[in-house]
Amino acid sequence: MFIHLKNVSYTYNLNMPFETEALKSINLKIDKGEFIGIIGHTGCGKTTLLQLLNGLLEPTEGQILIDSIDIHKNKQKLREIRKKIGLAFQYPENQFFEETISKEIAFGPKNIGISDIELEQRIKRSLKMVDLDYSLYKDRSPFSLSGGEMRRAAIASILAIDPEIIILDEPTASLDPQSCYKLLSVIVNLYQKYNRTIIMVSHNMEIISELTKRIIVMEKGRVIMDDTPRNIFKYSIQKLESIGLSLPQITYTMYKLKKIGKPVSSAILTVEEAKDEILRLVKKR
Amino acid sequence: MIKFDNVTHFYNTNQENKIISLSKINLEIQKGDFVAIIGSNGSGKSTLAKHINGLLLPSNGNVFVENFNTKDIEAIWNIRKKVGIVFQNPDNQLVATTVEDDIAFGLENIGIKEKEMKKRVDWALDIVGLNELRNSEPHLLSGGEKQRVVIAGALAMHTSYLVLDEPTSMLDPRGRKEVLEIIKRLNREENITIVYITQFMSEATQFKKIFVLDKGEVILTGSPKIVFNQAELLISLGLEVPQITKLARKLAESGLDIPYNILNEDEMVEYLCSYI
Repeated sequence: MFIHLKNVSYTYNLNMPFETEALKSINLKIDKGEFIGIIGHTGCGKTTLLQLLNGLLEPTEGQILIDSIDIHKNKQKLREIRKKIGLAFQYPENQFFEETISKEIAFGPKNIGISDIELEQRIKRSLKMVDLDYSLYKDRSPFSLSGGEMRRAAIASILAIDPEIIILDEPTASLDPQSCYKLLSVIVNLYQKYNRTIIMVSHNMEIISELTKRIIVMEKGRVIMDDTPRNIFKYSIQKLESIGLSLPQITYTMYKLKKIGKPVSSAILTVEEAKDEILRLVKKR
Repeated sequence: MIKFDNVTHFYNTNQENKIISLSKINLEIQKGDFVAIIGSNGSGKSTLAKHINGLLLPSNGNVFVENFNTKDIEAIWNIRKKVGIVFQNPDNQLVATTVEDDIAFGLENIGIKEKEMKKRVDWALDIVGLNELRNSEPHLLSGGEKQRVVIAGALAMHTSYLVLDEPTSMLDPRGRKEVLEIIKRLNREENITIVYITQFMSEATQFKKIFVLDKGEVILTGSPKIVFNQAELLISLGLEVPQITKLARKLAESGLDIPYNILNEDEMVEYLCSYI
């Protein structure tokens, strides 16, 4: 699947007194198999963009083409698209309402007319994809799970409609560090092992810089940077802070070393890279 | 002073599936303290926070705020005036149509005279740096600004204790920084006691004292230097050490003479300067 946003703008309350322009002339191409991070200050238009991507909102200007078809000119295609693009909102577990996890996960596929036999398969497969054991979890109440398990179960219910593209809005918010790692390894698995396209919004620079392959930076409704993590975090700290962002702690430390004249490479993104770089310099001296 | 004396708390008290959320907690937080509470999801952090101003009452044991027991119905309003709480999502705590009305809301409720009210609102706005936005509608503000309005609302009540339950988990990096800077200043300049719950270890390193909770018990107390020296224990509890502390460990394991418990960028830079 290939998504192309052509000159897309979105205005809330169009032609009303409280008209607000949330997105301005966005041009984006997203390919199958990408792992994209979206970052930006609160209110920069990230959530609006996500809702446009899966067809929940219709742009007030411009076109959204999926596999070269304008999804808002072809309603049949739009329905199709919604099955292919799964969107996990912030705190998706707030949408739980069923008695058991298997019923919760079955809700989506049932609605699109999946047969009972296949349904069972889908539940099994979705739970496996988020690393929850089918026999242990299927009959449990979704409300009895820990915070991290709830989040994963909620993602399983999205996977059950078999989306090719998975969009996650702040998936790790308020999870404890180990639940956060667990969830991130699930997301990396969806990307690597199950070949899903991942689009993830996060305020956590450490996560975004380590996991994603491409970062889209938004400010005031526009895409202002679109590059690899290494190139994005090469920008000066002043530039990034001026748009409400920060550097990962490790990158910031290397930046400080460089600033006082140490010959370090400043585009370091992970603890491992930093260790290697520092040891290299220690030996050199 | 806030004192937990052998506090146990059950949810579903009268039902079969009784859940112990806090188990025999004993702790003291002195006036002017700057304390962080960390622990995995479900370890009892929020339950503990809600006990401080009597939103929840102990099933066993007692919680004291200064000389008041939270179980004492006569004292509860005094306690709530002294203890302000800030939750995760500011949208759940904002009630009025303008910033200054929102800050005045609590004051109106307790019948403060208009002149005094105006004085307190001005003072609170000043502290959180939102004077220019006083007439704005709260829903148009950024996440960090919204949390600052909530904090100002608590300050206007002349709160001496501020309990913040993951106030930055929904904020972007700028908002996070704004909130942390303000609570540091409140502690330093206004001597307000801060109890701060967080999942961000790099935030916890900035407090004077940390309580680590696990399964409803306080299992470790100490300065950040002491707490983050115990990486294995923290990981076994579902927590971790900050990125920079991880780097210090890796360097030490590779033979550099560097302590395990480096907590921030500046310390790391200082150590590395002697090597490279």
